Amino acid sequence: MSTARLDRFGTYLVLCTFTVIALYPVLSILFLALHRKTDLVTGFAFPTRIDLSSFEAAWTEGRFSTGFKSSFIVAAVVTGASAVLSIGTGYAFGTMRFTGDRIVFPIILLGIIFPYEATVIPLYYDFQDVPLLHWHLLNTYWALILPQIGQSVAFGTFWMRAFFRSTPRSLIEAARIDGATSFGVLWRVLLPQAMPAVLTMSLLVFTYTWNEFLLALVLVSGSESHQTAPLGLSFFAGAARAGDPTKVAAAAVLVALPILVVYLFLQRHFVRGMLAGALKE
Amino acid sequence: MAQERADTARPDPSGPGAPRRRRRAGRGRAPGDPRNIGWLYVLPGLAFYVLFTLAPLLHTVYYSLYSWDGLTEKTWVGLANYGEALRDSVLRDAFVHSAILIVYYAVLPVIIGLVLTAALTRTAIRGFRFFRTTLFLPQLIAGVVIAQAWTWIYASDGPLNRFLELIGLGSLARPWLGDFTWALPSIGAIGSWVTFGLCMVLFIAGVQKIPTSLYDAARVDGAGIVREFFAVTLPGLHNEILVAFVLTTINALRSFDIVYNTTAGGPGGETLVPSMYMYQNAFLYNRVGYAAAIATVLAVAIFALAAIVLRVGDRGERA
Repeated sequence: MSTARLDRFGTYLVLCTFTVIALYPVLSILFLALHRKTDLVTGFAFPTRIDLSSFEAAWTEGRFSTGFKSSFIVAAVVTGASAVLSIGTGYAFGTMRFTGDRIVFPIILLGIIFPYEATVIPLYYDFQDVPLLHWHLLNTYWALILPQIGQSVAFGTFWMRAFFRSTPRSLIEAARIDGATSFGVLWRVLLPQAMPAVLTMSLLVFTYTWNEFLLALVLVSGSESHQTAPLGLSFFAGAARAGDPTKVAAAAVLVALPILVVYLFLQRHFVRGMLAGALKE
Repeated sequence: MAQERADTARPDPSGPGAPRRRRRAGRGRAPGDPRNIGWLYVLPGLAFYVLFTLAPLLHTVYYSLYSWDGLTEKTWVGLANYGEALRDSVLRDAFVHSAILIVYYAVLPVIIGLVLTAALTRTAIRGFRFFRTTLFLPQLIAGVVIAQAWTWIYASDGPLNRFLELIGLGSLARPWLGDFTWALPSIGAIGSWVTFGLCMVLFIAGVQKIPTSLYDAARVDGAGIVREFFAVTLPGLHNEILVAFVLTTINALRSFDIVYNTTAGGPGGETLVPSMYMYQNAFLYNRVGYAAAIATVLAVAIFALAAIVLRVGDRGERA
């Protein structure tokens, strides 16, 4: 074999090895989930037949219809609201100058590396009785939605600003000469082009919100009907693992499934968003 | 068309000249615009961010100055909670565990990523998109789900122990997450698994932006694979390495989801990390003021680490 062929062979061997490492844990839990309790699985647990009974059991016993509903409501509202808000902030920081913009933008940027673990304690107490308004938000969807909009706006602002800065200045100026207001420029000229950037941002925000765990654990543990899917999985695993690991595995697969399906179809958006978003710093 | 434009929004790692040029082009004031109309667009988003992210952080700092069980009156104690944090050997251990996790979450994946990238730069990769898609997969899975998958892999009768028996190392088999010595490295390995794909994809994408002429020149000069790596690849990946370190280090310090759902800090506190200890103090032991002090210290540590990595990286670039 020539050196070039050897190089090529080595390259693919390395890539394939690490691809297997990346996939195996995901496959192993799927394999386990395809069994039923009475199979008494151990070791690699390659499935010999496809048995979906564990999924059915997990779905009903883990009350995942409730968990999925909560997760979808929270993730959809957070994604929608933070997209609208970030288009606004990104537009302003990307195309305009105003008093204080150089001070405010870095403060918003902080939100990207923000350790939101450090915010759950006051959120827990303030949501029991919101200062001045005396609302009780603990154990409601709002307790999850409001803080996650706040966190997502930081990333969204950063992402949309980069997009708006990259649009040609002449486009905006031409529209202005035609008498468009600043909102007209955004709505009719820039937004139609911004759709791919908005889609990437929305996918990432939806994924982060769907996967979020600590806020759900602290802020909605007290209400079964508001628990998100990951929180439901955590409780279900704690209660059911000793008895039937196949059911817990099935529940885990269910929770990961919506994101994985979207990822399969739109993977380019995810990778671009996470890499470019990170690198733009 | 619009697609292409989104792609041009990609970062330009070509150095300090480029961003400045773009700023002049992009930051110009729209003609005839009232100077402060920008605030109209910024205010709604800013309000959410300030109310639900910044304000709670400041509120945490405020709590940290009190002794409070969450129910009765707060008592002002000044910096006493921080004094206790300094003396608390459990908290010190938790930070040591975090430091060890940084090796697994950040240092190891970056090194693995670099070595692999060095090996992979010698040939063009066909099907790169497929590899990228799979290597990236762990990034998107919820921490709770990852914890379930690995709890099974590490179980007494799980795949890892079976594999060890198969290759004749059955004497090493153990319940990994329940083992005093091995629990923390086992959690670390989960972190390595989550982040190595991110590093690899980041670096491979970065290498593809390095002009091939640099590699040709190195080869003409007779540089071997090692010299080529240190002379061309490593300097060319400067930005990517920095980003990888910041992201993975922050991941390591925030490892709450995985720790809570695998070991919950056990066995015997061997895998306790600061965020887990904060959670326990705030919501299990009712020591809210002390938990707030831990949260504040953790936040400062994360901001400081990010600042240090970026600062050091900046200096490296200028040199």
